[in-house]
Amino acid sequence: MADIGIRSVSKSYGRQPVVHGIDLDVRSGEFVVVLGPSGCGKSTLLRMIAGLEEITEGEIAIGGRVVNMLEPRERGCAMVFQNYALYPHMTVAENIGYALKVAGTARDERRRRVREVAATVGLDEFLDRKPGQLSGGQRQRVAMARAMIREPKVFLFDEPLSNLDAKLRVQMRIEIRKLHNRLGVTSVFVTHDQIEAMTLADRLVVMNAGRIEQAGTPEDIYRAPASRFVASFVGSPPMNLIDAVVDEAGGIVIGGVALPVPHRLAAGRKVTAGIRPEDVVLSDGGELRSDVDFVEELGSVRLLHGRLNDVDFVVQVAAADRRATGALAFTVPPKRIHLFDADTGLRIEHDTPVAIAAE
Amino acid sequence: MIERTPILDAVTHALMLLGLVLAALPIVVVFVASTHDLATVNRVPMPLWPGDHMAENYARVWDKSRFGEKMLNSLIVATGVTVGKITIAALSAFSIVYFRYRLRMVFFWLIFITLMLPLEVRIVPTYAVAADALQPFRVIAGGFGLELGIPQINLLNSYAGLILPLVATATGTFLYRQFFLTVPDELAEAAKMDGAGPMRFFIDVLIPLSRANMAALATIMFVYAWNQYLWPLLITTDQKMATATMQLQKLVPGPLFGQPPLWNEAMAATLMVMAPPLLVVVFMQGWFVKGLVASDK
Amino acid sequence: MEKRAAFSDLRLAGALIAPQLLLVFVFFYWPAAQAVYWAFTTQPPFGGSNEWVGFQNFEQIFTDRVYWNSVGVSFLFAGLSTALSVGMALLFALFVDRRLTGYRVHRFIYFWPYAVAAPAVGLAFRFIFAPEAGFVSAVNQWVPGLWNPALDGKDALALIVLANSWKMVAYNFIFFLAALQSIPRPLIEAAAMDGAGVLRRARDIQFPLLAPTFFFLLVINVTESFVDSFGIVDITTGGGPARATDLMVYKIYSDGFKGLDYSMAAAQSIVLMGVVIVLTFIQFRYVERRVHYS
Repeated sequence: MADIGIRSVSKSYGRQPVVHGIDLDVRSGEFVVVLGPSGCGKSTLLRMIAGLEEITEGEIAIGGRVVNMLEPRERGCAMVFQNYALYPHMTVAENIGYALKVAGTARDERRRRVREVAATVGLDEFLDRKPGQLSGGQRQRVAMARAMIREPKVFLFDEPLSNLDAKLRVQMRIEIRKLHNRLGVTSVFVTHDQIEAMTLADRLVVMNAGRIEQAGTPEDIYRAPASRFVASFVGSPPMNLIDAVVDEAGGIVIGGVALPVPHRLAAGRKVTAGIRPEDVVLSDGGELRSDVDFVEELGSVRLLHGRLNDVDFVVQVAAADRRATGALAFTVPPKRIHLFDADTGLRIEHDTPVAIAAE
Repeated sequence: MIERTPILDAVTHALMLLGLVLAALPIVVVFVASTHDLATVNRVPMPLWPGDHMAENYARVWDKSRFGEKMLNSLIVATGVTVGKITIAALSAFSIVYFRYRLRMVFFWLIFITLMLPLEVRIVPTYAVAADALQPFRVIAGGFGLELGIPQINLLNSYAGLILPLVATATGTFLYRQFFLTVPDELAEAAKMDGAGPMRFFIDVLIPLSRANMAALATIMFVYAWNQYLWPLLITTDQKMATATMQLQKLVPGPLFGQPPLWNEAMAATLMVMAPPLLVVVFMQGWFVKGLVASDK
Repeated sequence: MEKRAAFSDLRLAGALIAPQLLLVFVFFYWPAAQAVYWAFTTQPPFGGSNEWVGFQNFEQIFTDRVYWNSVGVSFLFAGLSTALSVGMALLFALFVDRRLTGYRVHRFIYFWPYAVAAPAVGLAFRFIFAPEAGFVSAVNQWVPGLWNPALDGKDALALIVLANSWKMVAYNFIFFLAALQSIPRPLIEAAAMDGAGVLRRARDIQFPLLAPTFFFLLVINVTESFVDSFGIVDITTGGGPARATDLMVYKIYSDGFKGLDYSMAAAQSIVLMGVVIVLTFIQFRYVERRVHYS
């Protein structure tokens, strides 16, 4: 087990920068999930940790040792690839045991450990099969076993679940988390699926355009997204984001309706207001109004789709609420309103005595 | 990938350089030799830098061997073969894939098995057929006791004779068939719904879709046709119909008494014959590689 | 495979395929049948129709030491060319596939030779390896008479093997490189993570996955060496010296068109056809057994 220190790490392909100066510390035994849209540089970051990409600038240390110039095999990391990257000409046993074979482990010892690891992931019966004869879930397990057998200091996962069907994905997600709880090996997991990220992570790192937008526990990030991007990316259904202006009273105005907020802001400032669909409180006397165009039935909850101030607006209600399309009146508790600067997209904290307020 | 393998990297670079030299050196030597005068080119060892007789060597061999005419012939033949192969391959594959009749697999195999009958193993009788293209039909009709008065068509010393026997193509047909099989059924169904007949569908849908295939196939077929040697050598006796490639045979320097062999002119001619397909490959390299790999798998 | 949406105009279907069938019949099957017919008959010296002689033509060629020499030379030529060109191409492809700086330039130039016409290759190599001029002749200045393909059969064979290999290396290189590049990159990376270095990966991952391409190329190279070597031989050695490079293809040509002995040429054609058919069958078997990634 080891911690990982990432210091001002950048990566460019030729003159094209893809990762801009990332700083991140992964504590020993921690399960960190890097979340971001495709092309945000998250896989590149992972591959730099693995030694599969060169680091253009900055430093990566594993277990206190700078690894920039170390080859992948010298870093003590194991990786689970997106398409599993199983050797098609080798049996499951040979796939799992290949690292040991390269390391020169004796045949009997190798066989014993392959059996052992295969048993933990439930592959005992498939050891003589070739990867081509396995189902998606079984291949996924082989890839896991291959990573586990080396007893690495660090596990790296590069979107390992994205090729599985929805049901299997949920199941494997749970298995990976259980495995981590048992082995406690430092893990970095890259994904673009925010539910996967929320459920797996001890700590979540949200990346966008080669930068870290926010790092923290899933709960922190959900409660207080650091930017408009994070707000839109984390949470399902996503947070409603609406342009608003600060009025004389320090509240915000959305489509002519004034709402009080706990933030202390200068009048006239342009902001984006963020409201989570589940934070909306329906009440006939509510000052906000929307017409519901259609209702999305999710079973456990229902989503009412309408428009507010010319943008789409989603309200989440309990399954028991049988409201149909039509007019809707509601309000939002002031503390539940997130505000982001309209220009920078950064979060404005409730109690921040913003400098501009002094004007 | 991070790899600290300085020795292996050095070996790799050395080997790659060796490969480069092996691949390019013969072409370079041909070029260098074509730029020297007769005395210099026959010096041992040969100079490694180009001389200043390039223009006159090329001009002389161009006139002497009437290369203008021959390059034109080669161009006509290569273009004819390429266009012919692609047309015929696309049409046959269309028939085999998109029409349902019992003989289609028989036809496909009849075309495909010709892979086992390269020109070289049937060269003498093919020559005989070229001299009298309708002979097979006359013989067959004769076998049934029919005297149909089928005329003699002599293809020797004609573009038709240079082109037609090379136009049938098993690989091309196979390639097009494979491609048509990957075209979704829905496309043909949609075309039918829209009221398009088979030819309309072929021209408006399949041909535009297969453009990439066509480019790949055209590149390798052009190179193949330009480089034909044995066949043109056999069926052209008239210098007016000779191709550039077969002209090389006439330029092999023989032992002329008291005179050094004309290597400079021979090399100038070699380079001129090499150049067109090489240029095609250089400009179409992606297609060439694709065509080659696809057509042989 | 069946297309669900088939057209039903059978006359059109026939018209579409007719040109190709016609060409195939006139220029492939008829001549091939003709070759068989000639191989079992002889033409009377003063004209008249052919006379059925059974296997007499074959007996004649199989008891002819000159023919066996040609067979031997052909197999030697095919074996040497194939070993040389497949081996070199594999080596170069493996190293170019490492994608070190500048590999694109190499990749670009390596396949040029394949575009060069066989007789042009022949003429170029004839000059480069000429004993009295050109490039290699320098060795004769140190050791007089060391190299002379015009007089020494071994030198002549070496010359055509080199010329043929030069062309085929380029061809094989394209295939090996394409095959190497079709190996998913993550497989190589996974092996690197598993601790395997460059050479170990080549042995454990790349070679096994290249096996189908390797066998495919072996067969193709042997076939091409038997069939497609006329241009090179005709220009460089003309089958000589003393029939040291008298390949089967060349002998068919010289017996048929120079000796005008159609029956002998036809019998030899049938033998060569047999060789090609056997090789093609082997090739089909390997093509079908390709490794599939999933």
